[in-house]
Amino acid sequence: MNTIVDACGLSCPQPVILAQKAITEGNFPVEVLVDTVTSRENVRRMAERLDCKVNITQQGDEFKLVLTK
Amino acid sequence: MLNRLTRFFASRWGILLVGAIIGILGPVLQHLGNPTNMGICVACFERDIAGALGLHRASVVQYIRPEIIGFVLGSTIAALIFREFKARAGSAPIVRFVLGAFAMIGALVFLGCPWRAGFRLAGGDMTALTGFLGLIIGIWIGVLFLRSGYNLGRSQKTYPAVGWILPILMVDLLLLLIFHPVFSEGGPIFFSESGPGSLYAPLLASLGIGLLIGFLAQRTRFCTMGAVRDVILMRDFHLLSGLLAFIGFAFLTNLLLGQFKFGYTGMPIAHSNLLWNILGMVLAGLAYALAGGCPGRQLFLSGEGDGDSAIFVLGMITGAGIAHNFTLAAKTDSVVDGVLKVGGISSFGMVAVILGLVVCLLIGFTMRQKVA
Repeated sequence: MNTIVDACGLSCPQPVILAQKAITEGNFPVEVLVDTVTSRENVRRMAERLDCKVNITQQGDEFKLVLTK
Repeated sequence: MLNRLTRFFASRWGILLVGAIIGILGPVLQHLGNPTNMGICVACFERDIAGALGLHRASVVQYIRPEIIGFVLGSTIAALIFREFKARAGSAPIVRFVLGAFAMIGALVFLGCPWRAGFRLAGGDMTALTGFLGLIIGIWIGVLFLRSGYNLGRSQKTYPAVGWILPILMVDLLLLLIFHPVFSEGGPIFFSESGPGSLYAPLLASLGIGLLIGFLAQRTRFCTMGAVRDVILMRDFHLLSGLLAFIGFAFLTNLLLGQFKFGYTGMPIAHSNLLWNILGMVLAGLAYALAGGCPGRQLFLSGEGDGDSAIFVLGMITGAGIAHNFTLAAKTDSVVDGVLKVGGISSFGMVAVILGLVVCLLIGFTMRQKVA
């Protein structure tokens, strides 16, 4: 079962907190939606630190990060 | 090319480089005329702007600081070039205004924002350590709220014009600085003739360095509050490495320029009242943590279209007016008849700090949601 985290519009550090929570719950793949480059980079850095693979796609103004172990 | 630059700025080397550049340029601005251990202080400089506009009448701290203008516009330029300018607003603006006002009141009790705490430390002023202690305590309290679900809600994408309001206000300030109109006899625009407000580097140097730092900080997300918060919240040392590079290079630059003076009492534009140095920064640190960025970061976010950060900035400028009009801001240490008189704050200031802490705690406790 995958997890979807919609962090659009949330400011720093909420997207990272939500994504980290999803990672520790362990239902991969975790899809994180963010709408700023800052959030995208912060979530990517955190996920890579927790040894996740990160796949980023851009959808209009938003970014989808798919995190897998 | 742009992508490669973006990756570099997001890297450890990127944040270290930008921290080092800020650390070098602050003392250089001091060398060029800015006040001692105040190469750049976002809180002090916004306070000077409030004074220049007549929002307070403390005649020694009034000047339109080009560094602040540069920070916002430099960030705007970077955001436009890298296509990151994005107008957004609507995440509890009134709360951000209140947090900004109390953040400024706390900062003016310590006499500086976290940037100035860094420059004070790098200049040998050991009272800065008590400021950092307060800052860490305040941010730590903020992290406890973040962990228990505190957040100010989502912002909305909005009209580009919303994002342009603060950058355009900064252009207006620049025009007021250049043309220095006098709106009535004995009225604004005020520029200090003595005191810290009368000390400033040449306009082009201040503006140019401000623009450069605004540009680099927008790219790297340099944030002094985030530096401490990320370590406490998730053991992430990325932003902290930038802050440490900033303090380290500021220290070296001060040594080279002969600006290093070690001491604890009677330091330039500072006071050695231990308790209120700490409590002032606890209040400021908590307010920054609840608002999601240090005063500098709020300027950079405003520059890239964040209307909520712009409200925080306006809250800080208003808070500066309140702090000086109601004598909440600290007095510096002074020497009277050869005897050191430790500075500090009035009883009004003490009440304001306590009140600010209570308000911040109420905000933290009442704005939590069960995060799914």
